[in-house]
Amino acid sequence: MPADGTRSITLSSISQLWEASTRRGFLRVAALGGSAILLPTMFAACGDDDGDPMEPPPTEGVTLDLSSDPGVLNYAYALEQLEAAFYTQVALAFYPGITAAEQAVLTDIRDHEVIHRDFLANALGAARIPDLMVDFAGANVDFGSRFSVLSTAKIFEDGGVAAYNGAGRLLKDLNNLLIAGKIVSVEARHAAAIRDLLRPGTRDFAGDDIVDPSGLDQAIEPGAVLQDSGFGQFITTPIEIIS
Amino acid sequence: MHLQHPILATIEPDVLARVVSRREALRSGASASSAVVAGLAMASVPVALAALARDVYAQAAAPSIVDVLNFALTLEYLEDEFYRTGLAGTVAASLLPPELNAIQQVSKHETAHVNFLLAVIPSLSGTPVPKPIFDFTAGGLFPDVFSNRVTFLALAQIFEDTGVRAYKGQAGNVASNPGVLTAALQIHSVEARHASQIRRLRGQKGWITGSDIGDLPPQSQPTYAGEENSIHGGADAAPLGAIAAVTEAFDEPLTMEQVLAIAAPFITG
Repeated sequence: MPADGTRSITLSSISQLWEASTRRGFLRVAALGGSAILLPTMFAACGDDDGDPMEPPPTEGVTLDLSSDPGVLNYAYALEQLEAAFYTQVALAFYPGITAAEQAVLTDIRDHEVIHRDFLANALGAARIPDLMVDFAGANVDFGSRFSVLSTAKIFEDGGVAAYNGAGRLLKDLNNLLIAGKIVSVEARHAAAIRDLLRPGTRDFAGDDIVDPSGLDQAIEPGAVLQDSGFGQFITTPIEIIS
Repeated sequence: MHLQHPILATIEPDVLARVVSRREALRSGASASSAVVAGLAMASVPVALAALARDVYAQAAAPSIVDVLNFALTLEYLEDEFYRTGLAGTVAASLLPPELNAIQQVSKHETAHVNFLLAVIPSLSGTPVPKPIFDFTAGGLFPDVFSNRVTFLALAQIFEDTGVRAYKGQAGNVASNPGVLTAALQIHSVEARHASQIRRLRGQKGWITGSDIGDLPPQSQPTYAGEENSIHGGADAAPLGAIAAVTEAFDEPLTMEQVLAIAAPFITG
C-alpha cells in the first residue's frame, strides 16, 4: 500500500487488463488515484509469437439461444451481471450527500443483485456465458451524482422487471419459471423503492408511465431490452440473440 | 370446526367426516380440485369446502386456466373493495399525503385488474365468479380497519404481500397460454411494487426478510410463512451471502389453498 494511502492493484499478466473483473478493479483504483503494480511476470509474454501482448484481444461476443431454457437463463444472468456490477460500483463510493436510508436501500439492492447473479451462474454451471464487459462511463453514468445513480438504477430495475416479464413465456421448465418469478418479484420491489427515492411520497413507485390503464407492468422482449437504447448502452461485449 | 353451518349440516356424517379431514388436508397443503374454485363461484368459502364433499373421493387435479383467473379475480375483488371502502370512509382523511397517494394509485390498479380479468375470463369461454361479500374486520378481529390508519395500512400490507405470493403460486398453472402467463406476470410485478411501497410507508423494508412479520399482528404470519426458504429449484442460495439478504433476494409462492385460508376470514358470503 503506497504511503499516501491510495489503494493499489497487482497485475501479474497484461491480459488481466482486458479481463472485465480485474480491469474494473484497475479502472476503479486509477479513478481513486491509486496505482497499478506491475509484476515482472507481466513481461514474460513479450517474446510471444502470437502478436503484440499490449494490444487487447479481439472482443469476443456471446450468443443467447432463447429457444432453450439455458439461453433464457443466460439472458437473465446477463442482466443480473450488469445490475450487480452497477450497484457494486455504487456501493464502493456512494454519491456525496447520501442519506442513511438511501444507503441502506442501495446496499440491500447490491446484495440482492449479487446473489441473483451468483445463483444463476451456479445454476447454469458450464453453460453460463462469460463475464460481460460493462462500461458505465461511456453511458454517461456519474457515480458522484445522486440523480445519475438513482436514474440509472431506475432504468435497471424497471428494465429488469420488463425483461423478466417478457421472458417468462420463453421458459419451458416450470421450475425455471418459478425461479424467474421469485426474482422478478424482488426486482419490482426494488423498482418501486428506487422510484420512491427519486420522487418520494408520490405515485411514481408504480406510476402511470410504467403501469398501463389495465394495471399491467411492462413486458419487453429480449431483443428490445438489449438494444442500445436499453441495456445495450452499458454492455460492450457484443451479444447475439437467437430465438 | 363448527358444524352448525346449514349447508354442512345437510351432508351425510361419513361424507362430512371426510370433508373435515379434507379441509385439514387443504390446510396442510394438499392440492385443490377445481371444486374449490367452483365453490368460489357460489361466493362462499364454506360452500367451497362443502362442494368438495361432492368430489371427496376424486383425485385432486390442477386448476384450469379459467379457475386460476377466477381465483385471481376473487383476490382482486377483495383488494379493490378494501381500498375503495377505505378511500370513501373516515380513514382516508387520516392518511398522510404519501400514504393517500399510494393508496389512491394502488386502488386504481386493483380496479383495473378486476376489469381486466372480467374481460379476459369470458374471452377464454369462462364465467367470471361474482364478487363475494367481504368483512374486512375479519369477524371483529380488526374492528377499526376503516377508522384507524395504522390498522388500514397493516391490512393493506398483508393483502399486497399475499397477492404477490398468490400470483407466483399460479404462474405454472397458466404457463400453457403464453398470453395469459405474460399478463399474470405483468399484474404480479405491479402487486410487488404496491407491496414495496406500502411496506416502506409503514417503516419496513420494501422486501421481506426471512419470515419476519415486523410490526404486523400475529395473525399475519401465514402471509410470511415460508419466506425464509433459501432453496430454489433444488439449489441452496444460502452460501451466496448473508442469510437476511439471501431470503430477501427471492420471494416465495403460496398455494391456492394457503391463500384462500388467509383470505377466508375476510370473506363472509
